[in-house]
This record gives sequence, structure tokens and C-alpha cells, in this order.
Amino acid sequence: MDSIVMVITIFVLAIFVGFEIITKVPPTLHTPLMSGSNAISGITLIGALISAGSQHSTLTTVLGLAAVVFATINVVGGFLVTHRMLKMFRKKD
Amino acid sequence: MPVSVVNIAYLVASVLFIMGLKGLTHPRTAVRGNLLGAMGMLLAIVVTLWDQRIISFEIILIGLVVGSAIGAIFAVKIQMTAMPQMVALFNGFGGGASVFVAGAALIELIIAGVHPQTEFTIATGASGIIGAVTFWGSLVAFAKLQGVMTEKSIVLPGQQFLKVVLGIVSVGLAVWLVLNPELTNTYWILVGVASALGILLVIPIGGADMPVVIALLNSYSGLAAAATGFVLGNNVLIIAGSLVGASGVILTNIMCKAMNRSLTNVLFGIMEPGESAQTSDEVYEGKIKATSADEIAMLFDGARRVVIVPGYGMAVAQAQHAVRDLANLLESKGIEVEFAIHPVAGRMPGHMNVLLAEANVEYDKLKEMDEINPTFQQTDVAIVIGANDVVNPVAREDSNSPIAGMPILDVDKARYVVVIKRSLSPGFAGIPNPLFAKDNTLMFFNDGKKAIVELIEAIKES
Repeated sequence: MDSIVMVITIFVLAIFVGFEIITKVPPTLHTPLMSGSNAISGITLIGALISAGSQHSTLTTVLGLAAVVFATINVVGGFLVTHRMLKMFRKKD
Repeated sequence: MPVSVVNIAYLVASVLFIMGLKGLTHPRTAVRGNLLGAMGMLLAIVVTLWDQRIISFEIILIGLVVGSAIGAIFAVKIQMTAMPQMVALFNGFGGGASVFVAGAALIELIIAGVHPQTEFTIATGASGIIGAVTFWGSLVAFAKLQGVMTEKSIVLPGQQFLKVVLGIVSVGLAVWLVLNPELTNTYWILVGVASALGILLVIPIGGADMPVVIALLNSYSGLAAAATGFVLGNNVLIIAGSLVGASGVILTNIMCKAMNRSLTNVLFGIMEPGESAQTSDEVYEGKIKATSADEIAMLFDGARRVVIVPGYGMAVAQAQHAVRDLANLLESKGIEVEFAIHPVAGRMPGHMNVLLAEANVEYDKLKEMDEINPTFQQTDVAIVIGANDVVNPVAREDSNSPIAGMPILDVDKARYVVVIKRSLSPGFAGIPNPLFAKDNTLMFFNDGKKAIVELIEAIKES
């Protein structure tokens, strides 16, 4: 199969999976859902690591470094703050 | 490490993301879900660091340390009331990272003397546009929520026209980039134009519409990651990005429905003016009953059921802990207390729930609109704190009103309504609220937190 068709297939299927799961998230957890999914979108970090470490040119290294910093803030901050919020949701014993 | 091993690790990471999001479908499993997501991310990062293309680790290490420190400080220090602006800011960083990664990937190819394929340049253009719009849009949203700039809708003359032009120009530049990928400067011009578009898109959006915008930017940050995944031909980016994209779209849709407004209306900063809108004098004249904490305290004698309706005002006054104390006090008197949460109460989806959870209110006391509305008739006292448009009966009764058709909490059906508010100033919709003038409504003009504290004292004394 053509590789571009392949990635589009993955893209479309993942969107369907996303719709199926997210519609089941209760409104009470919508804020943690946003911050948690936001942390997941920091996955761009992976591309950033390759750009920052490959040393093709100073320019790409600098761009890569900036991307690593941005994406890491997104990932670390996102997962941590979600954790902090979710721990507060509880029932009384 | 062989490519197939890396790809299998990415597959495992994607599965962990999906399982993590699935965990968020219930408060009991949510903490574990978030940890699964974080594990997926860690796995993806570790495996990527084994990539043969990475020669220098110093730069990466610097980036990871600096980013982790900034992220961790934000996450630990931030107050729960400020959560909307922080999510906005993090969204922006995600978008910004996509812009840089796609740009670096393009430059690398050109330096290596490879002519990029059309699919690659299309994806690069998309990353640049979505990423830049996300970054600047999020920064404006952050500035509005943080109070750095006015929360009001700013509409400049010719703004709609300018937005259309900027949109067309950025798409045109993307096409130019696809035709002439060697001219890498085109990419940065495209990013510049898209940045201006991002700013203009969010500037006209006013305070109470913020939940829609934050949800939408959340979706964009996911789509930006997915577009970068197309650039790099990386499945885990595509999967994670589209999951987040879908999540943001769903939330955007829920928010729009809860305000009975179309997405176009929100995005273009349009608030349809009502035709037969009454002036506030007509509605309020001589009908407002201002009251004191002692008078309200008497309402609770013999009451069996109380519903508390929080709005953005509760967040502004940081009154969530005082509200919790009030609820506990009433419960100790044998009164049933529940909270009615409107989907757009606050400045982001679920904002009120997080605040009340912070104050140790059990999550099953927080009721959604559809669930609690039929119970207002059996409610003795409804306490509205810092909410306005979401309890305005005009939405139900006047089809010409700007909020006509918006689903509201039917607090006016309760036996008594107590409204805690600083003044009679209108809410975001800019219209008077006949609820305040109803026979069974008592107005308690005060700061949200002070009002609740006084009320608690009064109940204890009575």
C-alpha cells in the first residue's frame, strides 16, 4: 500500500477511537481531560529530540532545542498538573 | 536499535495513551489513567533517544532539564482557579513545538540536498499554520484569562475581512512552499502570517466564550502534533495527535451546545442583539429585595433540600472552600445539599468541578444540568453564587433574547432563590436577569466569599 495512504488510514482510525473514548468522559472530569490530553499532544517532543540531536546545522539544532523546551514544558507540566487535579476527586470514606 | 523495535515501542506507547484516556472516563480510574499516559510518553522518549540520527545529547539534556523545570514549577504552583489560563499556555507551547520541528525537518532535507516529496511539504505547511495559530491564539487566551489584557471582545474595523485575507495568504504561501520547497524562507513567512491570524482569531472572543476557545485550541494543538507526525512519517505522533484533536472537537461541540451558539458565532465574536430586550430599569424597578445574612439564615429553618449553583464569580472570589463549609454545615443540620453545574459555568469545561474537588466536595454531589433541573421544584432554597446568564429564565421565555434557547438551570422553580452577587450588573450576554426581580428571589449584594462566611456565622447563631 502507498505509504501516504497508510498514514492517512492510521490518522482516520485514531480519530474514531478518540471520539469513541472521549464521548464517555463525564463532564466532571473535563478539565483534567483537557490538561491530560494536552500533555499527550506534547508527543511532538519526539520529533524535537531528533532535530535537536542530529546536528545537521546550527539552525536546526537551535530550532530543535527550542522545540524540546516547549514540548517538555507541555509534557511534564501537563501530566503533573493533571495528576494534582485528579487526586482531589474523591468520595468521602 | 532496529527500526521495527522502535516502531513496536511507539505502538505500545500509543496503546498506553488510549488506555490512559479510557481511564479518564471515571474518577476512580482517572489517576491511574493519567499515569498510564505518562508512562507511554516516557517509553516513547526513551526509545527515541536510541535513534541513530542523534549524535549530540548535550543539547537534548539542556532542553529536557529546562523544560521539565519550567513545567514542574507551573504545575505545582498554579492555583486551581487559574487552571484555564494554564491549560491555554500549555496548549500554546505544544503548538509552538510543532512549528519548530516541522521547520527543522524541512531545513534538514534541503541541506542534505534531497528534494522533498509533495506529501512532506503539504504536511510541513499544515504544521506551520496550525502550530502558529495555536501558539499565538493560546497566548492571547492566556493574556485575557490572566487579566493581562481586557477580557472583553475587541472588534476592530475590517477585522473579519482581514482574517479571511490572512487565511487565504497563509494557504497560498503553503501552496508556494509545496511548489518551491527549496525556498525555506517561505515557511517562516507563512508562520508569520499564521501568527497574525492566530492573534486576530482570539482577540474578538469575550470572557464567557472562553471555554469554547480553550477547547478549540486544545483540538488544534492535537492536530498540529498529527500534522508534524505526517512530516516525520511517525505513527505515534499521528495517533496521539488525532486522539487529542478528537477530544478538543468533542469538548468544543459540548460547549457550543450549552450556549446554544454556533462555532462561527463564537469565533467571529458575534452576539446577536435581541429585538425586544427590556432595559434593566423596566425589569428591576422596585422589585429587587436586598437582604442580609440573618434573613437568609432563617430560610434554612425547616428546609430539607438546598442546591448551590456556582459560577465564574465563585472562582474570582476564591470562595470554593467557604462554600464547602456552608454545605457541610447545612448537611449537619440534616439538609440535603447538592451542587448544580452548568456546562459553561466558569472559563473552561469542568472548571467548577475542579474547584469544588479542591475544596473536598465529593464528586457525586456535583450534578449535571439535565439531572438536577427536574429537582428544583422540590428544592427549598437555591443559592446562586457568581452565576448570571446560566440562570436567566429569559433564555426559556423570550425567543427574541440574545440567549434564547440556551439551556439554563431552572433555579427560579425552587421555593426561594438566594443570589449572591456584587451588584445588578449584567452578565456576559449584557442583558438584565428577571430572576433577580422575582417574588421568591432574595438578593445578597456582597463579595462571594464574604457573603458565604457571613451566612455561615448567621446560621450558627440562629
